[in-house]
Amino acid sequence: MAAYVARRLLAAIPVLFGLSLIVFAMMALVPGDPATAILGSYATPENVERLNRDLGLDRSLPRQYLIWLGNVFQGDLGRSYALNRPVLDEVTERFSATLILAGTSLVLASILGLVAGVISAVRQYGWTDRMVTLAVLVGISTPSFFLGLLLILFFAVRLALFPASGMYAIYGGGDLPDLLHHLVLPAVTLAVVATGVIARLTRTAMLEVLRQDYIRTARAKGLTERRVVLRHAFMSALVAVIPVIGIQAGFVLGGAVYVETVFQWPGIGSMLVNAISQRDLLLVQGGVLVVAAAYVLFNLAADVVQTLLDPRLR
Amino acid sequence: MAVAAAPAETVEGAAPRRTGTLRLIARNRLALAGMCVLAVLVLIALAAPILPLPDPDATEPANRLLLPMSVGHLLGTDALGRDILSRLVWGMRVSLAVGISATLVAALLGSAIGLAAGYAGGWTDSILMRGIDMVMAFPYILLALAIVAVLGPGLVNALYAIAVVNIPFFARNIRGVTLGLARREFVDAARLSGKSNLRIVTGEILPNVMPVIVVTMSTTVGWMILETAGLSFLGLGAQPPQADLGSMLGEGRKILFNAPHVSIAPGLLIFVLVMSINLVGDGVRDALDPRLRSGALSRPSARTAIRRTGAPAPRERDAALDVVGLRTEFDIGGRVHRAVGGVDLALRGGECLGLVGESGSGKSVTAMSVMGLVPTPPGRIAAGAARMDGEDLFALPDERIRQLRGAAVAYVFQDPLSSLHPLHRVGDQIVEAVRAHRPLSRRQARDRAAALLALVRIPNPRARLDAYPHELSGGMRQRVCIAMALANEPAILIADEPTTALDVTVQARILSLMRGLQDEGGTAVLFITHDFGVVSAICDQVAVMYAGRIVETGATDAVIAAPAHPYTRGLIDCVPVLGEPGRRITPIEGHPPPIDRLPEGCAFADRCPRVQDDCRSGEIALDAIGAGRAVRCLHPLVSGGADG
Repeated sequence: MAAYVARRLLAAIPVLFGLSLIVFAMMALVPGDPATAILGSYATPENVERLNRDLGLDRSLPRQYLIWLGNVFQGDLGRSYALNRPVLDEVTERFSATLILAGTSLVLASILGLVAGVISAVRQYGWTDRMVTLAVLVGISTPSFFLGLLLILFFAVRLALFPASGMYAIYGGGDLPDLLHHLVLPAVTLAVVATGVIARLTRTAMLEVLRQDYIRTARAKGLTERRVVLRHAFMSALVAVIPVIGIQAGFVLGGAVYVETVFQWPGIGSMLVNAISQRDLLLVQGGVLVVAAAYVLFNLAADVVQTLLDPRLR
Repeated sequence: MAVAAAPAETVEGAAPRRTGTLRLIARNRLALAGMCVLAVLVLIALAAPILPLPDPDATEPANRLLLPMSVGHLLGTDALGRDILSRLVWGMRVSLAVGISATLVAALLGSAIGLAAGYAGGWTDSILMRGIDMVMAFPYILLALAIVAVLGPGLVNALYAIAVVNIPFFARNIRGVTLGLARREFVDAARLSGKSNLRIVTGEILPNVMPVIVVTMSTTVGWMILETAGLSFLGLGAQPPQADLGSMLGEGRKILFNAPHVSIAPGLLIFVLVMSINLVGDGVRDALDPRLRSGALSRPSARTAIRRTGAPAPRERDAALDVVGLRTEFDIGGRVHRAVGGVDLALRGGECLGLVGESGSGKSVTAMSVMGLVPTPPGRIAAGAARMDGEDLFALPDERIRQLRGAAVAYVFQDPLSSLHPLHRVGDQIVEAVRAHRPLSRRQARDRAAALLALVRIPNPRARLDAYPHELSGGMRQRVCIAMALANEPAILIADEPTTALDVTVQARILSLMRGLQDEGGTAVLFITHDFGVVSAICDQVAVMYAGRIVETGATDAVIAAPAHPYTRGLIDCVPVLGEPGRRITPIEGHPPPIDRLPEGCAFADRCPRVQDDCRSGEIALDAIGAGRAVRCLHPLVSGGADG
């Protein structure tokens, strides 16, 4: 098992390098001269040249990449010029807020999706199945940025049950209950699509598993239907669905961009949107790199969990 | 796009029994509804210039934020006094145009990459697909954001960004199909005829890949419209004065509390648009999903459905298991397949009865019917009875059947690898079988499981309890299955071709094991096989099945010495005998008749060397020919006392 994890970790290294290369290349491809962008169009040629030298932009691209990568390894992602603070500090702060939101959503979506999918499969063609299937269809067709607005209108404005924005109350908040109170609406909004996808695939996986020979064996043994479904069918379906949950992590991390904007959640998604508008490219670069790397690691974890559950993969 | 790529079914399920095209059309009522809504929306978008709508950009400061249903403004006005309805129609035009363009760009580039990788193979394939993997290693929307960051905000840049992040879905799907096609004969033929690679790809492969491209487009276009709207909502797509549905929603959000209708209107329209497209996309995919067509995605219930009218009278009261007039049918796509057409079987205590026949003769279905293990849908028991200790098994409540399964009647199946749960240790699976019927503690059940493994001659049984099925050899796995079946000392053991999937040497060992267990335990065994060699090794009595009916029964020795039915003779002649190299093995010519269209008269007539005209009409009875023997043949090889 340890050997397997080590092997998967090693296999992730080239992927991480690839990611860094893409992120670096994209920023190198930005049209226009960064020095001019920073100094403004009235800068003297001498100043532009000096800044280019200071930024290391007069060197060849491969050299620039190596230097940049070296800095990344030392935790130096550059400095955000719009915020005038180290990119790493800003990114870590924002990313932890995103992790709280996205993590809650993913857990919520996994539990609800698995339960709904299993019930739907067991009651195939019954009214529960139809309700679940319809709900899934509506859920995955609803733009999260619209759903968020609707939830704000209903639960925050009309019923005044939950706050409409932010992560903590401005006055007197800051503790865990306060955080949870703020978390409900954005986490639900973000979980809807992932719940739908997980429910759909769980249903299909369950239906496929329920036709397997070993399910017939379980029934021939005289096990209760409950045990057949939960212990025998669900175990296999879960193994099939775990990679889907891994992929959904990516959609949840990405979808956080909308939800954070709607609910003004101080996460990395809303940071990126602002940074793009302000052309704060180093901040965009650092943010994208960190989120992408986290996603790779999360998928790695999903692989490992799948392997733990399925002895044939070891 | 995981959303769209997820195989799923639409809500409107027709009755699960009707498979095939009819059901698919019935299921697609929702897809049809989606198609209608989509058609109306697209028509409106196309007709926008000629519709009697006010100028979407004409501001009217005096009429700011009018509510819906206002005079002259059906959906009200926005913060600048612009007509919302008109803006919706024009915005939808933009959203549709951008979403569809993005889909086309993604389809074009993705398909090109997929075709190149799949056709060229080797290094080209590796490099292209590693690149695709790289793109997919990014969270989807994040990559689109990064691309917009590079190119700068704007509608066209948003279009490119969304197209690029969707390329992998096309590239992967199309590569997969191309890979299969590139090795096919017609491609080789084209290559040999001297066509250039480009002409082969565009002329031979592309037409075959087109359906996959279309399906991928139909399942991704809704998502792309949603995502371009999303980028516009964030202010990174459409820039004023240009507006699409997303940017309208984004602007409306700023005045959400004062004038919610300004944001709700475009939001709802995006939802309806995407929902209708997803319905159509799901419909297209479902219609092409072979699993749905074949009914492979319908859930078998815990017990076979029983749809019989009345039960026949008991036949042999002393039998451990008495099956009378059993008829089991499959309803597939509206056609009734009569797999078992009136079977009588009597299994006496301590006896081994062989049920012999080719695949498709209905012998397994007969065996599964006894404990209701035939999957429903599509199976059902249409007539007959199976009696054990005076109880009619088909009349018992589900819970009683569950108590009998694995306790009084146990099964051993053909393929031990697929019959054991791959994710559970074999010990746990045996323990589970024990504890389903006996109030033992885990520890006691585990001791029992170890004893059972020892009973089926598995060396080092304690250690084997912790093995997973894939860690055992085929023979060991089947021993585990037998141990599991014996867990509660069943009165009846039903073994469905338990040796067919095994090597010949292993077969012999499993057979001698079963023979030995039967002699010791006094269990009655119903042994299903297609192999008369196996029958002669283990069975006391034999019943030969053909096209869902018993055609001959009798004591094994008597039947093998002098088969009465030409089919039985054919089966016996198929068995090679060691030490008789000169013996001719004669296969039976032809195939059994399709069980949804059984001929009148004898079902074997078309393959029978002794066929006569009278064989093809009327019902042919199973007639007794001497002591304990019966045959369903008008011109048997051995005749009984009656006809001389």
